[in-house]
Amino acid sequence: MIPACRLEDLPRGEAVRLDIDPPVSVFHTDDGELFAIDDTCTHQDASLADGWLEGCEVECPLHASKFDLRTGAVDAPPAKLPVRTHEVVVEDGTVYVKVSEAAPNLPPCVASRLAGGPA
Amino acid sequence: MVGASLAGLSAVRALRKQGYDGRLVVIGDEPHRPYDRPPLSKEFLAGTLGETDLVLETEDEDLGAEWLLGIRATGLDRAERAIRLADGRELKADGIVLATGAAARSLPGSEGLAGVHTLRTLDDARALRDELAAGGSLVVIGGGFIGAEVASTAYALGLEVTVIEAAPTPLAGPLGAEMGTVVSGLHTDHGVRLLCGVGVKGLSGGSRVDAVLLEDGRSIPADIVVVGVGARPCVDWLDGSGIELDNGVKCGADGRTSLASVVAVGDCANWYDPRAGAHRRVEHWTGARERPDAAIATLLAGGAVEPGMPKPPYFWSDQYGVKIQFAGHAAGADTVTVEEGATGDRNVLAVYRRAGTPVAVLGMNQPRLFTRWRKQLAAATV
Repeated sequence: MIPACRLEDLPRGEAVRLDIDPPVSVFHTDDGELFAIDDTCTHQDASLADGWLEGCEVECPLHASKFDLRTGAVDAPPAKLPVRTHEVVVEDGTVYVKVSEAAPNLPPCVASRLAGGPA
Repeated sequence: MVGASLAGLSAVRALRKQGYDGRLVVIGDEPHRPYDRPPLSKEFLAGTLGETDLVLETEDEDLGAEWLLGIRATGLDRAERAIRLADGRELKADGIVLATGAAARSLPGSEGLAGVHTLRTLDDARALRDELAAGGSLVVIGGGFIGAEVASTAYALGLEVTVIEAAPTPLAGPLGAEMGTVVSGLHTDHGVRLLCGVGVKGLSGGSRVDAVLLEDGRSIPADIVVVGVGARPCVDWLDGSGIELDNGVKCGADGRTSLASVVAVGDCANWYDPRAGAHRRVEHWTGARERPDAAIATLLAGGAVEPGMPKPPYFWSDQYGVKIQFAGHAAGADTVTVEEGATGDRNVLAVYRRAGTPVAVLGMNQPRLFTRWRKQLAAATV
């Protein structure tokens, strides 16, 4: 488990990004729920933690694709692939993320960069 | 469904999502299934995205629609509620969605001259991409977003690029003069020549263009010319149908037209915008994506739904590695304030206000702050 932040430091409506590779973000919804998903939009290199959180959905800050925080499913183009979801655990006031072992759906530009190819 | 691009596809999706399970026919004048247009002036033109990357439908998506592609609608019969096709067929329908988009304006007298391009469709982009790959000098007529994106892509490909803008400041319409100067400064930052306040008299060349002639007498040599002087709504085919036209299909705030059981979405539709208090024909990707949800609700309810307050119009552009984002209406703002960053760094967040109230926001490489402001604009009451 990777510690993300203190729960008290993550107000409702906010998100925190973990700078792991690939990055993961934890969202605290207005209803008080916590969700973790891959931070990178599956369409292009954009940080979903910078996006528009509404209910249990986050809209990509660039091109408005929407991802369901509960399932990772994408609800609107241009993105076509879901993001991974990760388990969130709160212990003694600290938010932890159990990172999924599934393969991430990274956008082409990021995937080639991670593979060591041209960005 | 007349129109098979993003607005048409979004309307098909909305119909199925909102429970319509009847027959659905989609008519498209291009031979292609719905594809994404924004990359046509950027990654696709640069060769970093291919045609399969542009497909908008997902692999496992089954919308149960019949696709009539490569055929043009030529008329709407209001009495029969039917669409006439170019091959003489006539399709009767219980409901009609108009999503015929817009067409690139061309330069009078440029027809038949090789090397002269407009950019709107996949076929346009293929042709331009092939020519840009050969290199040389490119003159872009029009300093709007399409022209600027093509200039940026061609610059990155190593071409010698000149942008010609008839107005004193490019992008003054959508962004206002002050920020139009800042954003169009990206051209000169990169050594792309920007000529403003001068009109184009014509093109010279035999079978192929060799120069752009300016009204002040100058002649700018060109191997390739891109004409980016805006688009006009594709509604000529509706002349005489009885539907009210005014800069496109005139619509209410929920997509309803002057005809019952006919709604219009996307670039061809001139929706009433309650925030602006006026009709505004929006040519943005996000409008084509979001508005069909409301229009389909209107269509299925027979016009009995109360339209919700729309989000402020939003668009983006990528130029010279800078992410440009804009939301709201710049027209009518009396001040523009830099809230973060600096205009000279091309890293800036600027807020447009009218009588102290935010009405629009511009971001350059500021996605996080921009999204916060966009949310704030949407939450603001009219």
